[in-house]
Amino acid sequence: MNVFLELAESTITQGFIYALLTYGIYITYKLLDFPDLSVDGSFPLGAAVTAALLIRGVNPFLTLVIAMGAGALAGLATGLIHVKLKVRDLLAGIITMTALFSINLQIAGSNLNIGRDVDTIFVAAPVGSLLGGLSLIHRKFIVSLVLVLLFKLILDLYFKTKNGMLLRATGDNATLVTTLAQDKGKMKILGLVIANALVALAGSVVCHEQRSFSSTMGTGQMVFGLAAVIIGTTIFKKFPGVKGTTAVLVGSVVYKCCIQLAISLGLPANLLKLITAVLFLVILVIGNVGEGKVKRNA
Amino acid sequence: MLELNHIRKVYNPGLVTEMCIFDDFSLSVKDKEFVSIVGSNGSGKTSLLNIICGSIPVDKGEITVNGQRINSLEEFKRYRRIGRVYQNPALGTCPNMTMLENLSLADNKGKRFGLSRGTNYKRKDYYREQLAALGLGLENKMDVKLGSLSGGQRQAVALVMATLTPIDFLILDEHTAALDPKTAEIIMELTDKVVKEKNLTAIMVTHNLRYAVEYGSRLLMMDKGHIVLDKEGEEKQALVVDDILHLFNQISIECGN
Repeated sequence: MNVFLELAESTITQGFIYALLTYGIYITYKLLDFPDLSVDGSFPLGAAVTAALLIRGVNPFLTLVIAMGAGALAGLATGLIHVKLKVRDLLAGIITMTALFSINLQIAGSNLNIGRDVDTIFVAAPVGSLLGGLSLIHRKFIVSLVLVLLFKLILDLYFKTKNGMLLRATGDNATLVTTLAQDKGKMKILGLVIANALVALAGSVVCHEQRSFSSTMGTGQMVFGLAAVIIGTTIFKKFPGVKGTTAVLVGSVVYKCCIQLAISLGLPANLLKLITAVLFLVILVIGNVGEGKVKRNA
Repeated sequence: MLELNHIRKVYNPGLVTEMCIFDDFSLSVKDKEFVSIVGSNGSGKTSLLNIICGSIPVDKGEITVNGQRINSLEEFKRYRRIGRVYQNPALGTCPNMTMLENLSLADNKGKRFGLSRGTNYKRKDYYREQLAALGLGLENKMDVKLGSLSGGQRQAVALVMATLTPIDFLILDEHTAALDPKTAEIIMELTDKVVKEKNLTAIMVTHNLRYAVEYGSRLLMMDKGHIVLDKEGEEKQALVVDDILHLFNQISIECGN
């Protein structure tokens, strides 16, 4: 029973960590209506930057901030390619994603393990002194929960500002943004910057959690994020009072639980991406029953 | 004063589908004029509006406002002084945002969209007043998402939003065409009221000849990129639908419509 509880706790922790990525995809896919494939590159970018900095002895909390900065730059690249060079949204993301694969190899090689002597955000002060009495698995749970709630709060507040409302309007009705005498291109770029910063943050936390970086860890993250967003928004469709960020946070946890369940039931881990893809298809089709049709470009 | 001088616009230049929509087209619109534009499909009415708003570039010619050339001014910057209502009611409002959020956005036009609070509850009564003036009961729907309203209701809100902040020009692109006759009538009366109250210069494209005759201070009929009828002042007031219907039919028959 104890083993089961620990597994449940670490699965929910995974859900929290990946919810940071889900927030990002919520902004691009749901608010901006932009299928942003650069996610598969900016997620490992966050991890690569973090791994490279950690082994050089940089403060673990500072690595989160720097990883976000790197992700923001990746988002900026996709945004500029799409808006200024007028490349289609899907292709702009693919170009950034492909370029980032090489950049990530340059930063951290194909694999980088972080030694046990290096402190991660789950061990270093002030977390170490505050939660020192708890086991690592509890600490991971609490730190991820704090992070995910902190960024949820920041985003919820931002969406209520003038700028945040204009961002939402950009995805809802770009023509209106133009008639409000505002540059819709600038808002798209801003949305991509924020989204990819969050995605890279998720990559960074995953790197802390696993103590490793792998150049292939980005594969399928976009699909995971989309699935989590769609699960979350489908669950809460009947409850319009529930905030989008809450919905996708729940979506992320539910999705990670489904995958864990599939593995626990004996499906080999090598089939993980296949399960991910099938699960995503099932969710899309279920979502369709009420929705009408699969979202274009999805 | 808005002036278009010797405008030339060719769609798909160099291709089989090349189409010259304007060749040496000129028009000047005086301040506070309410111009109705009629004409058959493909006569260049909507292209004209798009050229004024900067949605499409011109190949030749000059667009000036009060003598200042605005050819190279980006579309979104031109809208600082222009309000526009589209034929499609969905284009004037955000469907997934509430009435209050929509009006707050429109109210902030021309100002900075910074990190201050997006909805200003102090302005709520003012928004209610504006909506109440429509007489559609929309003032009680402040927290309703616009997507759940009917086309006519959304178009009425779009009209309020387009004219909420001080603007010089109001551009109406067949803005009653997608509405049922009764709602269209209401929207048209509201439009007339707003234009008069706010002293706007308005340019309205319409397929409804009666609206073109009844409303506005000047009437233009366009055909193949040229103005074939231009009446203002007392001449315009004396026009009846039959006069322009006759001319309109002649044009349409030539085109084979």
